[in-house]
Amino acid sequence: MVDVLEQLGYEVEFRPAQTCCAQPAFNSGFHDQARPVAEHFLDVFSDAETIIVPSGSCTSMIKHHYAELFANDPKNLARVDSIVPRVWEFSQFLLNSADLDKLSPRFPHKVTYHDSCHALRELKLKDAPRLLLKRVQDLELVEMEAAEECCGFGGTFSVKFAQISGAMARTKVDSILQTGATHVVSLDSSCLMQLRGALSRGGHNIEIVHLAEVLASRK
Amino acid sequence: MSAPDPAIRTTLADANLQLAIYTNTGRFKDNRSKAVSPETLPEYQDLRTRAAEIKQHTLDFLDVYLLQLEAAVNANGGKVIWAQTGEEAADFVLQLAKEKGANVIVKSKSMTSEEIHLNERLIHHELDAVETDLGEYILQLAGQRPYHIVAPAIHMTRHDVADIFEEKLGVAHDTVIENQAMTARRVLREKFLQAGIGITGANFLLADSGAVVIVENEGNARLSHSAPKIHIAIAGIEKLIPRMRDLAVFLDLLGRSASGQPLTSYTSIVSGPRRAGELDGPEEFYIVLLDAGRTKLLADVEKRESLRCIRCAACLNTCPVYRKIGGHNYPWVYSGPIGKVITPQFKGNEKDPWLPFASSLCGACAEVCPVKIDLPGILLKLRHEAKPDPKDTRVFGLWSWLMRRPAMYSLAAKIGLSWLGRQPNGWLNKVPWPANSPSGPLTAWLSERDFPAPPPKPFRELWVERKVKERKK
Repeated sequence: MVDVLEQLGYEVEFRPAQTCCAQPAFNSGFHDQARPVAEHFLDVFSDAETIIVPSGSCTSMIKHHYAELFANDPKNLARVDSIVPRVWEFSQFLLNSADLDKLSPRFPHKVTYHDSCHALRELKLKDAPRLLLKRVQDLELVEMEAAEECCGFGGTFSVKFAQISGAMARTKVDSILQTGATHVVSLDSSCLMQLRGALSRGGHNIEIVHLAEVLASRK
Repeated sequence: MSAPDPAIRTTLADANLQLAIYTNTGRFKDNRSKAVSPETLPEYQDLRTRAAEIKQHTLDFLDVYLLQLEAAVNANGGKVIWAQTGEEAADFVLQLAKEKGANVIVKSKSMTSEEIHLNERLIHHELDAVETDLGEYILQLAGQRPYHIVAPAIHMTRHDVADIFEEKLGVAHDTVIENQAMTARRVLREKFLQAGIGITGANFLLADSGAVVIVENEGNARLSHSAPKIHIAIAGIEKLIPRMRDLAVFLDLLGRSASGQPLTSYTSIVSGPRRAGELDGPEEFYIVLLDAGRTKLLADVEKRESLRCIRCAACLNTCPVYRKIGGHNYPWVYSGPIGKVITPQFKGNEKDPWLPFASSLCGACAEVCPVKIDLPGILLKLRHEAKPDPKDTRVFGLWSWLMRRPAMYSLAAKIGLSWLGRQPNGWLNKVPWPANSPSGPLTAWLSERDFPAPPPKPFRELWVERKVKERKK
């Protein structure tokens, strides 16, 4: 992601004080434990010009759920209101703001795209990642059956309901295999981890990559 | 908090059942998406918005509309019965059956009656209460509850039905679906002719006209409310919409969302008993309005929208969890995402505390809901309201502490990842620590998939190296 953004002419900064967006606790119902972590995020990033997040799920947490977390805290709510328009998911940012002609990625592989649920449904990013993939030289994009169906990760769901999560992943793996693709691309590291684990357990030699890796590739 | 693991495992391991659930829900899902596509129904999103607004408005002013409905029903010559509980609703039917000497009762499909176990109560008092919807009839014979809100026997094959009919009806084993339907039709036709009371549910209640609206595909509901001398419609108070003219919005959405049908085969609007000069219809008409926990949901402004549900089951058909675990692993008659959302609100979050957590929060359900219920949002609220598991409280307490200490966090991440990644099945995983105890998260993860090897270096280190290199240039 850093490579891609620098190629596009942006000055990229990584703030080592950053940790987590607080979604794991929030989604498990632990608002009191999530709130200080979200506050830490605001402390670290409030003065940044643009915040680019390589995950649809984290982006959605910040953009859609921070306000609920700080509903009774006007000071932090004001910080949330100010930061939300500056927070972008990676593909969303590229398509909305960047001069894509500066980018000339090449990825000579057959690729299928997995829609990450929160990127798709909460950020409405269906076309953006596909449009970016279509710009990549020598990349063949094949749609899988039920690309929009969840991979089964779901945070703590993946371990609390491991057998359901695993069954969902296997259905997804079947869809992937049917395409004959050698690479699966997605926007969220959590989906990537789930799919990589399920493909590996099934003995399938298919690469799982983040969109940024494809866009940074010049092979 | 533990899910009914063994039962879910059994469902997941049953290849035929898995195929039946996945294929049948898949067919509904595909039909729905064709029926509401921009090419077929360009106004679909506007209809959803309108339907959600009408339902929400009705709920917000339900007291007014309920009384309006009662007045209109009275004016039509019918009667409204107010039932606070399922027992009260059943008692009314029992009392009336006794008074009128009605021993045979025909029933059309109604989730509300399933919810209050009406059949069981009637049969317990030696009444012959018969389901007349084909799927429900099969389930009644088999002694099962509905597997699905719209297609109750979605999990059964024609071979299952042949077995049940042979055993319960004493007919020859026949796996031809048309013959099975004819068998049911023959038995049920007799029941329709004998029945003193017909019971239906209601898809909608129209406050301004005092009418019950019933949609169906088999014609059994129409027979149930027109053949017997008495028609009783049992409905939850949330089934109301204000006016007859609001109905079009819902008829446009219900069939399409449920099965992809622009309209179901039969749509009946029943407003009262037979009037002087009319040739058919019942002599007596009752609407039993059921609370059974609904006013409790109504009082909760944040989650009140759960009552907007029109029971189309689109959320079930699209839910990747329902499509794996099926209907009977949910604790109540309402399964799928809507079941997950309303069961804890009706029954209390303590009874099956795992329920709101058994979701990947993918949000596919909310996307297809014709009345725009924020199903994942309500699940999050229910998770927040749940009594926390002490173990989770400790874990998230520690997590919260760590996430505010970047140096500790990066150290912990480095150590944790090298452990997990390099040695998932190796010696480190044999050293006991909480994550790989039999109930630990690592064990759970590895039971289903591998743990991907982490990158050789964390990003933080790569970043520092990159900056050092840049400075040297």
